[in-house]
Amino acid sequence: MTENLNVFAVRTLTQKEYFAPGHRACQGCAEALAIRLVCKALGRNIIIASATGCMEVVSTPIPFTAWRVPWFHVAFENAAAVASGIESALKVLMRKGRIPYKKIVTLAMAGDGGTADIGLQALSGALERNDDFIYICTDNEAYMNTGIQRSSSTPFGASTTTSPAGKVKMGQITWKKNMPAIAAAHNIPYVATACPSYPVDLIQKVKKAAEIKGAAYIHILSVCPTGWRSAPELSIKLGRLAVETGIFPLYEVERGQYRLNIDFPNLKPIKEYMKLQGRFRHLTDEMIEEIEKRVHKEYEQLREKAKKGV
Amino acid sequence: MGKRVGMEVSIAAAEAVKQANVDVISAYPITPQTHVVEHLSELVANGELDAEFFCVESEHSALSVCLGSSATGARSFTCTSSQGLALMSEITYIASALRLPIVMIIANRTLSAPINIWNDHSDVMSIRDCGWVQFFAENGQDVYDHVFIAYRLGEDRNVLLPVIINMDGFTLSHVIEPIELIDQEKIDQFLPPYKPVLSLHPDRPVTMGGIALPGIFTETKKAQEVAIRSSMPKILETWKAFGEMTGRYYHPIETYKAEDAETLLVTMGSFGETASAAVDKMREEGRSVGLMKIRLWRPFPFDAFKTASLNAKQLVVIDRAISVGACGPVASELKAALYEGHQRPSIYNFIAGLGGRDVAPSDFVKMVDKAEIEIEEGNKEGFEIYGVRE
Repeated sequence: MTENLNVFAVRTLTQKEYFAPGHRACQGCAEALAIRLVCKALGRNIIIASATGCMEVVSTPIPFTAWRVPWFHVAFENAAAVASGIESALKVLMRKGRIPYKKIVTLAMAGDGGTADIGLQALSGALERNDDFIYICTDNEAYMNTGIQRSSSTPFGASTTTSPAGKVKMGQITWKKNMPAIAAAHNIPYVATACPSYPVDLIQKVKKAAEIKGAAYIHILSVCPTGWRSAPELSIKLGRLAVETGIFPLYEVERGQYRLNIDFPNLKPIKEYMKLQGRFRHLTDEMIEEIEKRVHKEYEQLREKAKKGV
Repeated sequence: MGKRVGMEVSIAAAEAVKQANVDVISAYPITPQTHVVEHLSELVANGELDAEFFCVESEHSALSVCLGSSATGARSFTCTSSQGLALMSEITYIASALRLPIVMIIANRTLSAPINIWNDHSDVMSIRDCGWVQFFAENGQDVYDHVFIAYRLGEDRNVLLPVIINMDGFTLSHVIEPIELIDQEKIDQFLPPYKPVLSLHPDRPVTMGGIALPGIFTETKKAQEVAIRSSMPKILETWKAFGEMTGRYYHPIETYKAEDAETLLVTMGSFGETASAAVDKMREEGRSVGLMKIRLWRPFPFDAFKTASLNAKQLVVIDRAISVGACGPVASELKAALYEGHQRPSIYNFIAGLGGRDVAPSDFVKMVDKAEIEIEEGNKEGFEIYGVRE
């Protein structure tokens, strides 16, 4: 049902591209797709503050740029603070009549490293102040730009270049940091998860975030064929499987109220998701079973929250 | 003329920021910078200054906010000290390379460890090469005046550089001094609202902060170097315009009783006033001693320095920071500046006043005594930490 609707609904999207083709992202990069959709959702009246990372590197080799909207990169860990500066400047300059009044959305974007690790402090500051901006974390679950090093957002069991699966270690031995929950704990008006495999859902969430006054946080799972050791043509499928297995549920936290956007009465086995990725190749069936137990437990907890509406 | 009133230098600095009609202020508290931002918060809270005031969660974010706001076209201000500056150092380099005319007052304080909240210049020396125009203030009036000078200079479309005003922590920041306030109408004439050449706005999309591959990176650095070197005539021009408005003329290198002096004390920052008292005393004793005060640290005024040191036999350079394993950063700069000359004065380098250690006029006399004896005995490149208790 959802799939059919998506096929129809994506045709209603604007044909305009604000993140222009010709950038240097890898084949099958779902992060580039996510950003493209985010920009389509927001239109031209935005200013982007980008963290260092893949999207910055692939899109702006001087003197070229793939950005048809104003775009600003300062450093790795401060996208949220830079966005706060942009947002406040717009506010004060409009108030003082130095630039004409107009609704302009400030968008900060960073990867999982720039969000959950090195950028967490600046992000927490901006969320606590409830600055009026949207923060997008495109989560590809490791430091892909520097060569697939683990981050705190890397899932349990994944093999990366700094959490390699070896003779005595099984890859990443910590559970993925729950960034959306951390964002929600700041009591900001809007938190959501999204995935470009569900483009309409993603776009609706971004549009909703733009309407909300105050801080909005959207955590987007972004399949990375290079880092996940998966076939580029499987990126969309993998995004769907992440949702369908309960590994990456799509939900919103609106003014503290949880809502599961797509609930699956029967989750698919996580093995279907994992077997398509080289980063999980070393895991035994027992290990996968253990991981699945926790995935199901957390999914159930989320479902309960959504039921209660808290 | 404006009013002359007694006020704490930090308050005067904040009043200047208000009079400069700053749009965005972003800061994180650290001693001894706090009085500046506290007073600014009050001004904003009372509606006396229409600005966005950001209490951020770190100095790193304090400056990052300023980059965002400055790139969007807002006049932006931050203020910090010591560890705070060290934490934001990454962003200082980016601000200058992106040509964003932010102004920062540094209430200079040493760097840990051991932790110490008092004054020296270790903090700013850690970002010596960050590409900002860097002034050192000798007294409260300097600090107040240079806020306007810094914005007018930095925002000049032929300059477009961020500017640091160094204000010695406690010895300047926390003392009450007579400050001549400038009338607002004059300030508004001297410093019109900021009109950026390029800013972030959807009507005219620009990409700022892209990646430079080896094929273009060198060219970007060359452009930056040209920019800061070419700011020198603009700095002189801005000081001249300011002098015409207020009668207070500033120079990259300022001298006191130096014309015929055989020995020149060289200082930076608030040492200047104390050292001039020492010079007076030594002159009374008939000694040929003068004083050279470095006001402009970056771009370094090589020509002005060479001219000022032309007749001196020896320079006694007092550094308020140490490059451990080498010597004082000012002395090292001056030695490099003099290398080409045929008649080079000897340079004796003292490190003094670290971590708030008081340096009295009598200490300057003792340092000159020591240096003159050492140089006489042939130690022409002397270096020592003054006043170590052994």
